[in-house]
Amino acid sequence: MSHVVSPIREKLVTGGKSYSDVTHDICKQVEGEPTKEWKIAFGISCLVFIYGAYCLFYTWWQGIGVWGLNKTVGWAWDITNFVWWVGIGHAGTLISAVLLLFRQKWRTSINRSAEAMTIFAVLCAASFILAHMGRPWLAHWALPLPNAFGSLWVNFNSPLVWDVFAISTYLSVSLLFWYMGLVPDLATIRDRATTAGRKFWYGFFSLGWTGSSKTWARYEYMSLILAGISTPLVLSVHTIVSMDFATSVIPGWHTTIFPPYFVAGAIFSGFAMVQTLLLITRVVFKLEDYITIEHIEMMNIVITVTGSVVGIAYLTEFFIAWYSGVEYESYAFINRATGPYWWAYWMMMTCNVISPQLFWSKAIRTNLMVSFFLSIVVNVGMWFERFVIIVTSLHRDYLPSSWAMFSPTMYDIGDYIFSFGLFFTLFFLFAKYLPVVNMAEVKSVMKGVSTEFTIKRIKPTKKTEE
Amino acid sequence: MSSTTNYILGVYDDEDEVLHAVGKVKAKGIKVEDVYSPFPIHGLDVAVGHERTRLPIAAFMFGTLGMICAFSLISYTMVFDWPMIIGGKDFFALPNWIPIAFEGTVLFTAFGLVSTFCISNDLWPGNKTLPLDIRTTDDKFVMAINVDKNRVSAADIKKALKESGAIEVNVK
Repeated sequence: MSHVVSPIREKLVTGGKSYSDVTHDICKQVEGEPTKEWKIAFGISCLVFIYGAYCLFYTWWQGIGVWGLNKTVGWAWDITNFVWWVGIGHAGTLISAVLLLFRQKWRTSINRSAEAMTIFAVLCAASFILAHMGRPWLAHWALPLPNAFGSLWVNFNSPLVWDVFAISTYLSVSLLFWYMGLVPDLATIRDRATTAGRKFWYGFFSLGWTGSSKTWARYEYMSLILAGISTPLVLSVHTIVSMDFATSVIPGWHTTIFPPYFVAGAIFSGFAMVQTLLLITRVVFKLEDYITIEHIEMMNIVITVTGSVVGIAYLTEFFIAWYSGVEYESYAFINRATGPYWWAYWMMMTCNVISPQLFWSKAIRTNLMVSFFLSIVVNVGMWFERFVIIVTSLHRDYLPSSWAMFSPTMYDIGDYIFSFGLFFTLFFLFAKYLPVVNMAEVKSVMKGVSTEFTIKRIKPTKKTEE
Repeated sequence: MSSTTNYILGVYDDEDEVLHAVGKVKAKGIKVEDVYSPFPIHGLDVAVGHERTRLPIAAFMFGTLGMICAFSLISYTMVFDWPMIIGGKDFFALPNWIPIAFEGTVLFTAFGLVSTFCISNDLWPGNKTLPLDIRTTDDKFVMAINVDKNRVSAADIKKALKESGAIEVNVK
């Protein structure tokens, strides 16, 4: 991939790194003792996880009656959290697949952690799917398995069944893609290992990788094909999630704009979550030379683009609700903006439509603190988007006598906390025990993107290192 | 890779140098067994003389198989085994089956492709094979020449490697 890059391009690897420096900088984290900061952060996330696990266990034990649901609002935080996490889980595969197809080199420093985040986010989403079934031990009923009821099968015409297939395919294919990307780097750690344990475990999972030219040639074809099939897969997953709503007849849900609107929202929130985590990771692990301001800026640009798509979708929905002349549809939207949940609607509008527009200013999109703050704002906004779509569309139905409000109980909140505990516990484990930057890919694009190599091309000098 | 084979390894520290070196060494009538590198180098497989991989064909076949499996399962259950009228639709409601058929295609392609890749490269969990020179997973590029498969003498091979820009020449 070492073709010529214009010298006026911003450098993606700074600090004059050599290949060996890359190996050293990234492996340092894996090989060293856990730092005090890591232990504290990991300890906190474990505590959060344990508290959340208690709440989730209680929910499973007692049934979903412990949630604040009522006869009118039958879906609330569970599905809000599910859609939110699945949405977040879209960025990783998008970065590694779509940006690979478009040959975007800035993806190489961030794809590993973004993919890890994707997998963990999808697991969090799955926890809500299981919980909202009420009887999670019967979850296998959603699969087309021969059963004791005279082989009654699942309904393949239902988007909920499509969802089961989409999410499980997405999870397993993302995991596979991520793992195959890890193999060469695991081999690097294996070959540097000084302890028997590390040699054994990293050796076990590096599959006997040698890095021969034949293997690499096949490997590149494999990555390209995986990227090619993952790209429509990413788009299909949130499309199908949106169809859970769009194929129903509830005013506010029954709209054809949902698939593209959900996909844009998913990329929007996913990139914001990647941004949040990267801004922390680069400081904690001292990776400022690999995850540069250029990377942060690129991410912010994607956030602005997708945020604008989402903004246009909100306005289109409103317009169509009026233009359709359907009384119930119009009411659903007027109720969103001015009804009892107006604050959630305006929270969503402010966070998702207005805040990303600030990134039009270069000073703002290259400012780390502002980027960090806005990345969190975006995800708050995206949570409210799902809450608005789900709860405000349900809480006032066709019969005013059944109109109701939803308020969460401690178990609604506790189950949400569980997902954060799970997410951060897994992320911290990943950050400690696996290389957070794809070393092989970074090395493969360094000629052309690193300061040292560009200088060398302009003025060839004999290599003196070693 | 058995330990009894005689290899001469030329070590390089730049990907462009090793790529050019392969051509130079081959021009002297020396057969290059393989080149080991920390990352993929474009054009190297062609320079070494590997055939183009048939993985895309395998992927396509697995994908086709996945789609056939998904469509067969759905049509068997929905049309033959237990037909039900759902929303007044035909039993054979093809458009509704596209999402799952697509997911099946992707699932089979991904797992079939990765399995084929692993089998064809002899990669499996617990495989204890190490690179001929372990620095190739860090920052070195190694050209391996099998002495037994070459008519050229070991001394000439070493000389050719040195001349092509190798920073070290080792025997293994």
